[in-house]
Amino acid sequence: MGFPDRIERTISVPQPPEKVWAAITTAEGLGTWFGHQATVDLRVGGAAQVTWDGKDRHELRIERLEPPRVFGWTWAIFGLPEDDPRRTYVEFTLEPDAAGTRLTVVETGFAQLAGDEHTRAYGGNAEGWQKELDELVDYLNAGA
Amino acid sequence: MPERDQEAVAHEVFAALADPTRRDILAQLAARGPATATDLATVLPISRQAIAKHLGLLTEAGLVVAEPGERRRVRYRLHSAPIQVAQQFLAALARDWDSSLDALRRHLGA
Repeated sequence: MGFPDRIERTISVPQPPEKVWAAITTAEGLGTWFGHQATVDLRVGGAAQVTWDGKDRHELRIERLEPPRVFGWTWAIFGLPEDDPRRTYVEFTLEPDAAGTRLTVVETGFAQLAGDEHTRAYGGNAEGWQKELDELVDYLNAGA
Repeated sequence: MPERDQEAVAHEVFAALADPTRRDILAQLAARGPATATDLATVLPISRQAIAKHLGLLTEAGLVVAEPGERRRVRYRLHSAPIQVAQQFLAALARDWDSSLDALRRHLGA
């Protein structure tokens, strides 16, 4: 099956975990390597805004914060409408190793895109709206 | 359990989207809402018959749904569920963590 739910990558960098932690949790870091600009409210439940090229913007909702080891957040899924509630979860794990830091990033939740239950609910809503709008049109036509 | 295998759904979606006329039809339905083959023939540069043929294929792929109605007045509407299945595949590709992690490495090295 060619459908990943999960993306996982591990890299090794020669810097200590504290330095890597700053790069992935501060506005300066996230606004440099990840996006082009960022603001960070660094607490569980806090939000980080990352902007690309001054227009494409993502909001990260911070879920796990265990300095300097675990940083987890959710964000919207690429390509879905802005008001779609589904998000994927991204977790960075930092482990000191002989060379510096072993950094693992895991993003999970892509499978929910095919979630049947949600699809049904969502499709139901979309169709419900279409019916409502048709009724509104009928109502307006009748009154005009 | 999904009714159809995800892989089969994605295959049909991508096959349907590979044709530019079918992309135009879907784009019209997305932008303007449900329409008949005749409506679509007035805005697209192909015949009503050709559009009807494409609509048949799109219906089989589950991408459009025919509303009940008298034959010539059947309206077709976009059905997004199969697209969301295909999007699962696209979303994972679009994340591109490799580029981000390369950038992080460069950032740390600077």
